[in-house]
Amino acid sequence: MVVTNMLFHLGRYVSLLRDSISRPEKFSMYYKETMRQMDAIGVGSVFIVLLISVFIGMVTAVQFADQLGDSFVPSYYIGYIVRDITIIEMAPTITCLVLAGKVGSNLAAEIGGMRQKEHIDAMEIMGVNTAAYLILPKIIAAVFVIPMLVAISAFVSIIGGYLSTVVPGTISHTEYVLGLRSFFVPRYVFMMFVKAAVFAFLLTSISCYMGYHVKGGSIELGEASTSAVVVSDVLILVFDFLIALVLT
Amino acid sequence: MIRTENLEKSFGENHVLKGVSTEFYSGKPNLIIGSSGAGKTVLLKLLIGLFEPSEGKVYYDDTDLFSLDDEALRQVRMKVGMLFQGNALFDSMSVGENIRFPMDMFTNKTLAEKEKRVDECLEMVNMEGINDRYPSEVSGGMQKRVGIARAMVLEPKYLFCDEPNSGLDPKTSILIDELICDLTNTNNITTVINTHDMNSVMGIGDNIVLLKDGNLAWQGDKTQVLESDSEVLQDFIFASPFLRRLREDALKTRHAHD
Repeated sequence: MVVTNMLFHLGRYVSLLRDSISRPEKFSMYYKETMRQMDAIGVGSVFIVLLISVFIGMVTAVQFADQLGDSFVPSYYIGYIVRDITIIEMAPTITCLVLAGKVGSNLAAEIGGMRQKEHIDAMEIMGVNTAAYLILPKIIAAVFVIPMLVAISAFVSIIGGYLSTVVPGTISHTEYVLGLRSFFVPRYVFMMFVKAAVFAFLLTSISCYMGYHVKGGSIELGEASTSAVVVSDVLILVFDFLIALVLT
Repeated sequence: MIRTENLEKSFGENHVLKGVSTEFYSGKPNLIIGSSGAGKTVLLKLLIGLFEPSEGKVYYDDTDLFSLDDEALRQVRMKVGMLFQGNALFDSMSVGENIRFPMDMFTNKTLAEKEKRVDECLEMVNMEGINDRYPSEVSGGMQKRVGIARAMVLEPKYLFCDEPNSGLDPKTSILIDELICDLTNTNNITTVINTHDMNSVMGIGDNIVLLKDGNLAWQGDKTQVLESDSEVLQDFIFASPFLRRLREDALKTRHAHD
């Protein structure tokens, strides 16, 4: 029963994605909608991303500094560890998990609300390919701006690590910067952007799918919104592991 | 003209429409009536193509709606206007933007041309000057008119109205009916209206299709309603004792005149 249900949703999800990738009725309308979504998803999420990122960096640095204690590991390793853990894991994964909650629930509620108020039916009758008009701009916008948010997150996390260790005097400015510049592997940055793009695609497409097929009233809309976040989060973690397997 | 041929629709075990064959004529309001659960909304959604029939066909003039590919279906739909029960106006857009949306999507008109057409459509429904207001800032009756203006903006050949009078007072309902009737006659549109409103039936019912339990129970026009001996029709239209008495009085008066 569970497998049948999963296969049903997978088939319907793939079918919706196929419908969403089609020639736009009018390019300018899709362009305008994509720009609007970039603003909503990107600019609208900057504050929360900055907030979580600075704390992630601060906590990572403080915890690692504590574990180093009086060991023989050089203290400049704090900068090195904060940099790598941020780029490889924290910035893409934590940022996208948070965005699944903020952006994902919002998209599911927006499209679900349109379904319930017959806006989608109205567009269908006008001849609009609603799967394409309502979903494609959101996916394009997210895949474009979320990697930027992740890059900002990585940068701010590293600053957070600096603030929590250099400012109180745990290590010196020179040691932290030396750590940041040591053992740098450019492939990790590539991995960060791959993760960000894949997670962005997952969280937007799944949330749109949940909203697009919502049936019933406000309770069902709430459930669709919750499912969008839960399923996106689970799949982000699964794909995090798969990308790690493939790219390391 | 729209024609249905042995139209059936089931949802699982629930057989909602059981073979409806009927015609909806151009240039006159066609009303679908029937009690709740009779299959009116399902029939309307089948006519528009929002549902696919389990059996049977829907013809727009001579075109079988469900044999069309996606692109051809989109072309047909661009000739369709629809007024929804809840209006389905986009909340985040102003009245003007709502009406302009189909033109933005499907035409290459300049902004000035589109604005001119928006003004024409608002004038058509006697709602001039509310372009910049949002749907939440206008009354239910005004929202209906804006919905009609949006439905008319691409000059449709077919107009569908789902419960256009729901939630409106009797006077506004009559105004909306007259407006739909005028637009239908003036533009020679095939208009299909799904309604419960008896004022509409007796006022603009040039072709009335009565459904009962998913079957076509009666078809005729408003002039035939009073004298028809169809029990299903009389039970539905003159459901209350007051209306039944009114009908008897009307018939007596008519026979006395004859």
